[in-house]
Formats: sequence, structure tokens, C-alpha cells
Amino acid sequence: MSEISKLNNFKKILEKGPIILLIISVLNEFDFNYLNLKYFSFNFPFILIYYWSLKRSGSLGYGLIFLSGLFNDIVTGLPIGVSSLAYLLICGFSAYLRNITLRPSAIKDWFFFGFTILVVNSLIYLIISLVFDVELNYYSILVNILFTFLFYIIFNGIFHYYQKLIFGAQNV
Amino acid sequence: MQASRDDFVIAIRSAFLKKENKQKFSLLGLIFLTLLILILEKFNLKPIDYLKISLREVAYRSTFIVSIPENFFKKSYFATINHFNVYEENKILKEQLDLELSKNFNFEYIIEENKRLKSTIEEVSGEGSEIIGKVLVDKKSPFLRSVIVNRGSKDGVELGMAVMDKNYLIGKIVEVTFTTSRVLLLSDLNSKVPVDIMPNNIQSILSGTGDHNGTIQYTRQQSLIENEAIVFTSGAGGLFKSGIPIGTINKDPINSKINVNFFSDFSQLRFIKITSFKEKIK
Repeated sequence: MSEISKLNNFKKILEKGPIILLIISVLNEFDFNYLNLKYFSFNFPFILIYYWSLKRSGSLGYGLIFLSGLFNDIVTGLPIGVSSLAYLLICGFSAYLRNITLRPSAIKDWFFFGFTILVVNSLIYLIISLVFDVELNYYSILVNILFTFLFYIIFNGIFHYYQKLIFGAQNV
Repeated sequence: MQASRDDFVIAIRSAFLKKENKQKFSLLGLIFLTLLILILEKFNLKPIDYLKISLREVAYRSTFIVSIPENFFKKSYFATINHFNVYEENKILKEQLDLELSKNFNFEYIIEENKRLKSTIEEVSGEGSEIIGKVLVDKKSPFLRSVIVNRGSKDGVELGMAVMDKNYLIGKIVEVTFTTSRVLLLSDLNSKVPVDIMPNNIQSILSGTGDHNGTIQYTRQQSLIENEAIVFTSGAGGLFKSGIPIGTINKDPINSKINVNFFSDFSQLRFIKITSFKEKIK
């Protein structure tokens, strides 16, 4: 009996996997956004939020995404609210894609993700540089967008496998 | 045509306005809240200050706790690497020590002479009070270069104080909370420090590149700057005292850019010294 309840608790923890990953990726010092390699960085929270908002919108609450954005800004030193806006816009784009999609396809999701991060990063760049007068390296952002786009398809595979394992059949 | 536009509007409305199952907040409501926060932040209004202070206190401590496992592995990795490098390093250091000892006698004389000359011309001299701090969070962002230290206003930290690693300047305080503060590193794109380049005593501005080094800006005497020349603070502006070592010049032969390699390795900061150079006229 206790074995079954232990298994249930473990499954509950695994179901909270996306939330735990989001919190760790925002708060942890180790950031996929910066791996100490020149011309290489990618934004892991963007991939995480886009995938889980698209495939299982309930697994990451909008409130939690908003809060994690605030914490990310505090920790990285960006003007407060910038990351929250980026994360929420990604949720909006993924919700839009979910609404118009009849037959989901990983390639279609991938290219829409590319479009999404281009729009969101451009908007954030404009807000940071024009409104807050913070100087940013334009090329770093471009490289970041490119690698985030390329890495999406890999994480899509990993998350898809995790989703099938933990939650069973897909929502969409 | 009309139908496809209607579909687009319906999909957008449904994505942003409809509160989805299992969601406690509306997406559009949260986006408006974020925009409100950004506007308040832009105009530096009081409510946002309180929000920032409380979030910082929670975020910095949580980040420190969440990063403990990673820091453990990082420390173990560097300890292992250091262990294997000790022998080679020892040989090099011995050679360097001999060289430095021979230079030291000259320096002592020059320092004393400099003090005497400064007092003769009644120049401003820096008197510093020091606070030792530990790097709490080193969240590496590709866009901003800063660290958070465990010293705040309760320890006497103030905005603009100089931050040093050993005797080398590494940045300045740009944000202070009650128990923590943020150091903007010299490598950040937004960091600008007036410097003197020796030899030839060339005045210039050192700017961060957003990478691991800095670059020399706004100088007409580029040809006079030698490779391996040493960059010191000039003391202009009164924020830092003059003569704090920063790094060495590394001229790029391809694009004639003048880079500065910092003496301190910003990715390995653990303990730092926060110093105030309050100007005193002797």
C-alpha cells in the first residue's frame, strides 16, 4: 500500500517537471543562456515555455510564468518586467498556434517558434535599448535567437518523450 | 478573404482573452500588468521600488540556495584542474617572483616619491574604507555582466563604490538593497571608466564589450598606445582614485581595435573588496 502511495507521490513530482525546470532555469546560476562559449548561447526558458504552453497549457500557469519572468529580471539585472513580457507573449503566440492548428506537426511548431522568438526578442530589444537606454550587443542577441531556434527541435523531442511517459496521450 | 480575417481575429481573441482551463489568470491581464510595471520602472516610481526590493531579497537568496549543487560541482572541477596545474604554475611563478623582486625596490622608491610630490602640489588623494564581500550570485547573462554580493546598505555599501579583486578594479556598485548589492563589471557594455594608459600617460575611456575584455574608446593618440601597456584608473570624475590597475592593452592587428585584457578573471570571482574613495584634500 505504502509502495503505491510512494509511486503516486513520485509521479506527482514528475508531473510538476516543467514547473521545476522553469524555476531552476530562472534561479540557477548555470544558465543555458550563457555557456562561456563565444558565439554560443540559447534561451532555455523560451523553449520550455513555448513547448509546454503549446502542448499542455495547464502544466505551466500564466501566473507562475509571470513571476518567473520577474525573478529572471531581478537575477540578471534587466529592467523589471521585460522577461515577464517576453514569456507571456510567447504563451500568447503558442495559444494562437494551438487555436489554429488542426493537425499538429513538429516542423510547423518549430518554424512558428522561430517566428515567435524573432518577434519577441525584437520587441524586448527595442524596449530595453530605446526605453531604458541599456546598451546590448546586437550580435549576441542574433546568435542567441539562432541557437534557441535550432535547439528547439532537440528539446521538442526530449519533452515529447517526457510528456508521453508522464502524461500519456497528447492534449492537442 | 473576409472569412480568413475573421478566423485570425477569433484565434487571436481566443488566445489572449479567453481564460483557459486550469489557468487562474488571464493572459491579456498579465500582459497589461507587466506593461504597467515597465512604465512604473521607467519613471522610477515608489511602488516599483518596494516591489524590486522585496523581490531582490527573495530572488538573491533563492538563487544562492538553488545554485549550491552546481557550485559544488564547479568548485570540485576547478579544484581538480588546479591540482594538476600546480607543478607547472609553480615553476612559472618562481621565475616571475625573481623578476618582480628585482622590480620591487624601484617601485618602493617611486611610491614614496609620488606621495611626497602629491602632498607638495596638494592634490586630491583617495582615502578608502573597505568592506569584504562574498559573491552570492554570478548569473551569467549573454547581455549583462554583473554579480551580486552579500553586502548591502546595512554594511555601509553605497551606490558608485569601487569594487576590487585583490588590488585590481573590477567594477562598481550599481544597485543596493538592505543585505545585498549588484556590481556592474568593467566588461559590461554599459560600463565606462576614465583611464590612464602607461607608458605615455594617455587619457582615455575604458568601455566594456559585453565579453571577457574591455576596449579603449575616445582617444586620438591610438598610435602612441603600445601593446602590453598597462591600464590604470585616471581618477577623473572622482569616483575612483587614480592609479588602480585594471589590465593590459592587447591591440588587434586586424581591425586596429584596442582591447584591454583585465588582470582579474571575472568568471572566477569569489571574494571581493568594496571600497569608497572619499576625496580628501590634504
